[in-house]
Amino acid sequence: MVMEKINAANDKALEIILNGQPSLVGIGKCLDVVPGMTEKTLLHAGPPITWDKASGPLRGAMMGALIYEGLAEDEESATKLLESGEITLDPWHHHDGVGPMAGVASASMPVFIIKNETYGNYSYCTLNEGLGKVLRFGAYNKEVIDRLKWMERVLGPLLKEALELHGPMDLKTLIAQMLQMGDEGHNRNKSGTGMFIRAIAPHVAATSFDLQDKIDVLKFMDSNDHFVLNLTMPACKATLDAAKGIPYSTIVTTQARNGTEFGIRVSGIEGGDRWFTAPAEYIDGLYFPGYSQEDANPDIGDSVITEIAGIGGFAMATAPAIVQFVGGTPQDAVNYSTSMYEITHGENNVYQIPFLNFRGTATGIDIRKVVETGILPVINTGIAHKDPGVGQVGAGIVRPPMKCYEDALQAFVEMLEKEGLV
Amino acid sequence: MSNINELFGKELKVINMGLDSFGDDLKEQNIKTVQMRWRPPAGGSKKMMSLLSKLK
Amino acid sequence: MIVTKELNSISGVKEVLVGMGTDLNKELTGNLNLMTPEIEELTPNDFYIAVDTEKEEVFEEVVSKVDELLSKKAESQTSDYQPATFDSAVDALPDANMVVISVPGEYAADEAKKALNKGIHVMLFSDNVPIEKEIELKKLAHEKGLLVMGPDCGTAIINGVPLCFANAVNKGDIGIVGASGTGIQEVSSIIGKLGSGITQAIGTGGRDLRAEVGGIMMIDGIRALQKDPNTEVIVLISKPPAKEIEEKVLNTLKESDKPAVVHFIGGDPEVAKAYGAYAGLTLEDTAYKAVALSRGEEVVDVVDFTRDKEELEKAAKEEATKFSQGQKYLRGLYSGGTLAYEALQILQEEGIDGYSNIPLKSEFKLEDVFKSKAHTVLDLGEDEFTVGKPHPMIDPSTRIDVILKEAKDPEVAVILLDFVIGYGANRDIVGEILPGIIKAREYAEKEGRHLTFVAFVCGTNEDPQNLEKCEVTLKENGVYVLPSNAQAVRFSEKLISSIK
Repeated sequence: MVMEKINAANDKALEIILNGQPSLVGIGKCLDVVPGMTEKTLLHAGPPITWDKASGPLRGAMMGALIYEGLAEDEESATKLLESGEITLDPWHHHDGVGPMAGVASASMPVFIIKNETYGNYSYCTLNEGLGKVLRFGAYNKEVIDRLKWMERVLGPLLKEALELHGPMDLKTLIAQMLQMGDEGHNRNKSGTGMFIRAIAPHVAATSFDLQDKIDVLKFMDSNDHFVLNLTMPACKATLDAAKGIPYSTIVTTQARNGTEFGIRVSGIEGGDRWFTAPAEYIDGLYFPGYSQEDANPDIGDSVITEIAGIGGFAMATAPAIVQFVGGTPQDAVNYSTSMYEITHGENNVYQIPFLNFRGTATGIDIRKVVETGILPVINTGIAHKDPGVGQVGAGIVRPPMKCYEDALQAFVEMLEKEGLV
Repeated sequence: MSNINELFGKELKVINMGLDSFGDDLKEQNIKTVQMRWRPPAGGSKKMMSLLSKLK
Repeated sequence: MIVTKELNSISGVKEVLVGMGTDLNKELTGNLNLMTPEIEELTPNDFYIAVDTEKEEVFEEVVSKVDELLSKKAESQTSDYQPATFDSAVDALPDANMVVISVPGEYAADEAKKALNKGIHVMLFSDNVPIEKEIELKKLAHEKGLLVMGPDCGTAIINGVPLCFANAVNKGDIGIVGASGTGIQEVSSIIGKLGSGITQAIGTGGRDLRAEVGGIMMIDGIRALQKDPNTEVIVLISKPPAKEIEEKVLNTLKESDKPAVVHFIGGDPEVAKAYGAYAGLTLEDTAYKAVALSRGEEVVDVVDFTRDKEELEKAAKEEATKFSQGQKYLRGLYSGGTLAYEALQILQEEGIDGYSNIPLKSEFKLEDVFKSKAHTVLDLGEDEFTVGKPHPMIDPSTRIDVILKEAKDPEVAVILLDFVIGYGANRDIVGEILPGIIKAREYAEKEGRHLTFVAFVCGTNEDPQNLEKCEVTLKENGVYVLPSNAQAVRFSEKLISSIK
């Protein structure tokens, strides 16, 4: 009986996920558009965390954001301010948004606004700063702050205008096409970034900005293969949020990490708002020259939202080059993606893998299946340096800690017991 | 006719759950075989098994 | 980056960077303090290697290693996806009609039930399945008209396909249902060796004919063979069942006109005869009778040497003269449980009570299975010998140890061995045990004794190991090779009884 009830709830959750229609509808200032945002709030990736528990990259990003906002002058004053408790630290996920790596956002930053056209809910994400020394890896030197200022002054407003000329951009189709072109939407975003630029470029040209600004914006986007990640992530977020809070559903609607802990939330447990956390894992991968596992920070960032929407590691078979990070073969990539069907409620209707005979990607992680099979979601991800400001030091594959799913299962059963259902 | 007699007339197609060598022998004889990568449910955790069974 | 990983293992390399002249790579090069004006000039179309080392020759080594790694051809990958759950296995093979289960016993029944509920037949190799679960599974299978072969079923041949431990036996018109794995192997192989063949060999697992289980699978198996248009002769192999089950099973055989050969190993042959069936006296005799029925020939008892009878008897007498004073005992070291049991039976008929870990009479149970006494026959497939090791049909190491131990016993004259070949078994069981035999014989010779080895090979020429090849190899190495277990036991007995 209870099994039918759960399965029906999961059918509903999956239906909502599959019916989601995320579109990029605008760009706005974080303070103005993100619900609950204040001037003294810093949003961050992953489950809730306090300053004292934050890892290097997250700390660096928080300090940088305060310097960027003019709330602090330097590292020292930023630290003091963060220690004082005057600054509210809150997960992006509590504000309908997501942030890659440290994921720190502050009031003045421009953010993409994504709307789930089917269900009317919104999601948000900052604009991608590029590679190397960037805030999301905890860098906060002058170069980083200057870039953020340029993004606020030029990139955001220019793209906002270009987007108005273009009109809403269908991100679901964009992601579906990415998967046909060798991107998996988490660790490889090359073709998606190219498609975005192709779509927006004529409208960039048509904006009222200076020619040099237009050139700078186009060059900036072109220099960063991951530019579109900050669109795929909120697209997944908007899709999954609609499936939050379905009673009795065991589908995972949030997965995120803050560099210290990995956290998940399950649709049917306490409205999909309760976090189940465990220490974040280290990533199995390849390091850039000069770096090793000793330099690595534990798993960090909200980008793992992609995997629960059916892309990223769940679509690795379409981006077999990714598997080289762990010394694997294309067949391993296929096996990784194929094994994910064992833990999901269904398959995607739009995200398909050509190599698997256009099979839809595994979609809708069911905590029961994760615990029963012992198969953990596979995540493609970048590796951040443990010290603030160094940046990305490698990339690889990671699995979440099993404890998150076990604790969630236990809470779910206890909830049903309270209701007298089991 | 029982399903057993029906089986006698058909091409054998095997799921091998457990020892790989049994599956390898079948593949060597060109018998359609799927080798499982079987693991104890819930990694053998009695506690998790009991939670899962409550939901069945 | 994979290339980098390999290069870092070259001694003398502190840091190395290999890549295209992208901005990211250049920045990394700068971080390593390896930046040069030349690298600065590179474009993303340029390939470069930067090495931090103190020796020039290390650089040369790196360059040649890079050449090697970059020109290495990729090996094609064939490892198929292996599903973790039964449901996804069925997704991968939607028309699967047999599941072979060899997972630990505590999980096996649940998995078997999943298969039955999907309408798929089950071969349950796993042991340690509780009998209540077996009953539940078999009732469910009976309801659905499906096979549950096992638990603890080691052998089956379905539609000509050997499952688990089984031999490649030609197709024919003899159908077998058996509660003993090696029993089925010996009978089906001898049928094959005689040039006949089988339709099916259905294993039931050893407990099927217990009163609690009620012979469900044996009876369903018999009925399926009775209805099977290709089966003309039915063979039934089991240890003697519970009385009421025996009646049920034998009555089932009467439901069709197809002749049946029944071998209740160690049971009274008259029982089967009373129900109009032929009684097999040994596994070999069972096979001979089935073949005779299949060919419409006269059915006779085969309880003697089937070829070279006089030579064998003469050889036994001659061989016996080579033993030293005090050498008088037989040690049968078996990998097949039913074969060991049959050996004890035949010896008993000849007036020899063998000690064993599976004795016919409780007073002949070895107190310590690692200490043989007098005439001993061991089933080395039993748990006490296999702790932490694969079955002796796969891993011969325990048997070799026991052979060497027996060789040191001055009272031992004859060592009797079974070689079970076929699928599931070690692909070179003869080759792996031979050094043990040779070593044992050399040891005995050094001590002034003569040790005689007697063996038989259970299998067919179609098996991957090839029966004839195995027999020839053994013979070439001075082992007496007989065509069946029964004859090997009788020859061993002749040797022993010829000792003055």
